Amino acid sequence: METLLKARLALIFSILTHVSLLICASSHELQIVNAEKRIDLTSHIVKVFLTLKVENTGTLPASDVLLAFPPTEFDRLSLVKAAIATGKKKKRSYVPLDVKPIELLDAPNGAKGFSISLINPLSPGATATFEVLYISTHSLKPFPEEISQSESQLVYYHDSAFMLSPYHIKQQSTFIKTPSTKVESFTKLEPTNRASKEIRYGPYEDRPPYSFSPILLHFENNYPFAVVEELVREVEISHWGSIQITEHYKLAHAGARHKGVFSRVEYQSKPSLSGVSSFRHLLARLPPKVHSVYYRDEIGNISSSHLRKDFQKSELEIEPRYPLFGGWKATFVIGYGLPLQDFLFESSDGRRYLNFTFGCPLAETVVDKLTLKVVLPEGSTGPTAVVPFQVEQHLEKKYSYLDVVGRTVVVLEKKNVVPEHNSHFQVYYSFNPIFMLAEPLICSNLSLPTPKGKMEESWNICLMRET
Amino acid sequence: MVGKIEPVNGSVKSGSNNPTNSATMTSNAKSDLLNSLSFKSFKLKTKQQELLIRVSILFLVYVLAFITRLFSVLRYESMIHEFDPYFNYRTTLFLTQKGFYEFWNWFDSESWYPLGRIIGGTLYPGLMVTAAIIYWGLRFLKFAVHIREVCVLTAPFFASNTTLVAYFFGKEIWDSGAGLVAAALIAICPGYISRSVAGSYDNEGVAIFALLLTFYLFVKAVNTGSLAWALASAFGYFYMVSAWGGYVFIINLIPLYVLVLLITGRYSMRLYVAYNCMYILGMLLAMQIRFVGFQHVQSGEHMAAMGVFFLIQVFYFLDWVKYMLSDTKLFQSFLKITVTSAVAVGTVALGVGTASGYISPWTGRFYSLLDPTYAKDHIPIIASVSEHQPTAWSSFMFDFHILLFLFPAGLYFCFKRLSDATIFIVMYGLTSMYFAGVMVRLILVATPAVCLISAIAVSATIKNLTQLVRAKPKVSQISSSKGVSNVKSSSKGSLDQSQPFQKNGAVALLFGAFYLLSKYATHCTWVTSEAYSSPSIVLAARGAHGNRVIFDDYREAYFWLRQNTPQDAKIMSWWDYGYQITAMGNRTVIVDNNTWNNTHIATVGRAMSSYEDEAYEIMRSLDVDYVLVVFGGVTGYSSDDINKFLWMVRIGGGVFPVIKEPDYLVNGEYRVDKGAAPKMLNCLMYKLSYYRFGELVTEYGKPPGYDRARGVEIGNKDIKLEHLEEAFTTSNWIVRIYRVKPPNNRW
Repeated sequence: METLLKARLALIFSILTHVSLLICASSHELQIVNAEKRIDLTSHIVKVFLTLKVENTGTLPASDVLLAFPPTEFDRLSLVKAAIATGKKKKRSYVPLDVKPIELLDAPNGAKGFSISLINPLSPGATATFEVLYISTHSLKPFPEEISQSESQLVYYHDSAFMLSPYHIKQQSTFIKTPSTKVESFTKLEPTNRASKEIRYGPYEDRPPYSFSPILLHFENNYPFAVVEELVREVEISHWGSIQITEHYKLAHAGARHKGVFSRVEYQSKPSLSGVSSFRHLLARLPPKVHSVYYRDEIGNISSSHLRKDFQKSELEIEPRYPLFGGWKATFVIGYGLPLQDFLFESSDGRRYLNFTFGCPLAETVVDKLTLKVVLPEGSTGPTAVVPFQVEQHLEKKYSYLDVVGRTVVVLEKKNVVPEHNSHFQVYYSFNPIFMLAEPLICSNLSLPTPKGKMEESWNICLMRET
Repeated sequence: MVGKIEPVNGSVKSGSNNPTNSATMTSNAKSDLLNSLSFKSFKLKTKQQELLIRVSILFLVYVLAFITRLFSVLRYESMIHEFDPYFNYRTTLFLTQKGFYEFWNWFDSESWYPLGRIIGGTLYPGLMVTAAIIYWGLRFLKFAVHIREVCVLTAPFFASNTTLVAYFFGKEIWDSGAGLVAAALIAICPGYISRSVAGSYDNEGVAIFALLLTFYLFVKAVNTGSLAWALASAFGYFYMVSAWGGYVFIINLIPLYVLVLLITGRYSMRLYVAYNCMYILGMLLAMQIRFVGFQHVQSGEHMAAMGVFFLIQVFYFLDWVKYMLSDTKLFQSFLKITVTSAVAVGTVALGVGTASGYISPWTGRFYSLLDPTYAKDHIPIIASVSEHQPTAWSSFMFDFHILLFLFPAGLYFCFKRLSDATIFIVMYGLTSMYFAGVMVRLILVATPAVCLISAIAVSATIKNLTQLVRAKPKVSQISSSKGVSNVKSSSKGSLDQSQPFQKNGAVALLFGAFYLLSKYATHCTWVTSEAYSSPSIVLAARGAHGNRVIFDDYREAYFWLRQNTPQDAKIMSWWDYGYQITAMGNRTVIVDNNTWNNTHIATVGRAMSSYEDEAYEIMRSLDVDYVLVVFGGVTGYSSDDINKFLWMVRIGGGVFPVIKEPDYLVNGEYRVDKGAAPKMLNCLMYKLSYYRFGELVTEYGKPPGYDRARGVEIGNKDIKLEHLEEAFTTSNWIVRIYRVKPPNNRW
């Protein structure tokens, strides 16, 4: 946590020097004409869609639009995406925009923010419509914190009825979607309406910048709170035609902790009443043409898994050894092989690159810490990774079968990963195909007492690799 | 093919490339060299052919011994089997992670809570060190293997090596043909496979190799009188001591053998050298193993070897005196005096040693070997283990098959051609057969002897028969069709053709032998695949539609413990599951399979057989957090805790007389249904096994609470737990885990 904070601070300061002047100049010259906030609370990943209609009331063109978040929510944010709407109503299309975290200087109570950089600055008097999606994890707090097997899971959700914004908002409303009609309580701030699974706050008129009015929802959410506390994905490239992926999971149920008895007889006989918030199935979406899939843990193979394959995708349905109740944990490993030609390409400058998906293949899970290791073949040089979002990178060495100098491993680390991060990334490297022969040569030299000349040849190759 | 004799080069012993004196020979050799270079006329001399065949058979046998043990990996997965191997695996893992010194000084606080266990001083490290060395070796060669794979494949690897030793041993005691047959027989003998399939990572896996190696080297030393072989034998013995407690068999069999040789007048300098070197060096080396320590000079089980050692010195001395004294009469009287005084000194020394407590008496396990009924009366903990039961005839048949018939025949051949080596194998065979009859698990020790002796029978019979058949060159085809028994054929034998149908009879008998041997091969394969390749952690059954159903409940429960209980939780279970809980569940156990403290086990047995509130007191005193029971009532799995329960009562009652076995029986009958004894229906084990089982319908058409393992409806369906609560039950109910509640607040 501390390192995270430090990194963030460093980042913020570096940006600060560049942008701060600009922010001060431009922040008050925009106003939001209409804001609509839709919060989706159906799963344990909170998705918020903002539709902002922004007007430039100043005299200078604005090139940035700012979003503000309370500091606690800012820390839980996993992803912020923004797009600008272009065109008229029928032919409306969205152009994605760049989003950067920034420090809000004049914000009260340490509110933090993001800045959306516009492609074309917003000229004075003009309006633009933005669509913003942000995803936060661990925002639903189970209450009661401990439940027994027969109870269902209730959670709290904190937010503000007014959108936190550095701008004046003329009109706004907030819609909250709950997973079921069972809502224990919710803060009322007139006008507030509730209709089956939806609660509506607003419309509220004319709120000054940084208005905040806390609301609290207490509702039932039996969605499986599957959280991968740590995921290490290892992608090993072999130029002999295969990519081997090994994924080490530390899975936990992050919902309300299980209390007291686990009764198998009730779990078996009344599946609809007993352990409703627990889960036992997980679905991993794997690329097509996957082969040699295994699913195991420290003490051996786990026999409860099914693999469905077609041309589009492969689906691996796995069951942990036991159903996961709140607070229970399970660790396991999934491994599979993929054909090389689907993922490894040659770029125009003669380098090779791996094109692979970032993120966790398990559906609807949050990964607290994802480490992606790309193990390049022995003898490859100059690795560079291209990832569409910010990750921490470093290099490692790994020794596998018959390695002499070791393989270069590109390690990418990211915290708080959600399924929306499953986009492609690339790792570029240079590789001389002659190194493919090194291991067979070593192998033949080990197994057969060959004449000396041949032995030296293989050592020469090994030496060549070091240089 | 076999009987071809090269005209000239047949006389040259080895290597046709040697320059010979005569010009004709060189030209011959040259042409021979040319011939051998061109592949079409690639010919080998008889000796080379024979060597080639022998080596390739041996190689095939080596491979066969390995792959036949891989059934378990193919049927299930690459995993450690049974109970003890889990401990061995855990210690090997520790050894490879922390190094040898940490391993040697390891105090394990995770077992035998609160006593703990000094691992380094209470185990035979041979197996772990072997596996670790193989692992480090492979790592050094850049093979990135996991230690588990090494452990899983250690036993098959050593089984393959055993076939090589069996070959050389057979060659030493009979001829190379018998050696080949012995190698082939031992490669697939179920008696050995039962303990050496892939995953059966137990001491026996390497110990049988070490045992046979020691014996082979000793016989070789006796045959040659060479100090080098004796030294090798001492090192073989050291390896055996480091690997398995069964070394006691060696240290008693070899003196017995020496004694027999002395009595039968076969004393020789060769024997003197072999035994002295092997005994002294072997003893000194064995003392380096901490678990064995000074037992070689302090324990009653090792005294026979020492006695024989002194006896052989007396013999040597007498021999020398006899050589110095030419007078026979004088020597006779001297002999009398010396023998009497030697025996007297020996007896007094033994008596004083035993009386002063310097020499420990025989242990219970040793007694139970000599007297099969001993354990049942005195040590229930030994008698409770199923592999310590006396062997049934069926298991002899199962494990030896035709070897059981061939064994006496082999003994006959051995007696017909008596030598130092055959006397050894006869003694090894007879003693180990006796022990195999006493305990099921000791079939393993008898297996090499049985295979060797049977191999002599097979080899000698087939050799005799083929000689009969091959008396005329016309019918020589049959012998070459016999893959296994392709023996070296010297067609010198001049046979009397007196009986008319001798040849046909011999052919028929050869076919019969071939039939028997092929039956043996199919039987062994069948037994290996059906009976001995189950890991016993994962249970497999046939479903209603013939499909394979897997019950993976053990690992489910152990993994649940590993993930969802506090790191320092103490688990109470019957001792059978101790090793598995520590290895797979990574949690502290009260008792485990190293049954070193009978009282502690009896305490657990007492807790299991008491009423809940009494048991609660015991569990509180042992800091127990969770109780684990194994229950087969839903699946029909019969080796569960209810069926083991009487042993818990017996072992508990052996230390705590409060527990009385008749309280749990009704008219001497063990029941769990309505007619069961009231104490039985309310003891902790019954409650934990059947808690809420009364609500479950296990089989169609049967009342709820029908126990499928015992085929009865349970007697107590309304079980209330006061001090414990159900923490976890696996999907097929095989393992049930209960949490011990903290005591109630007083106010």
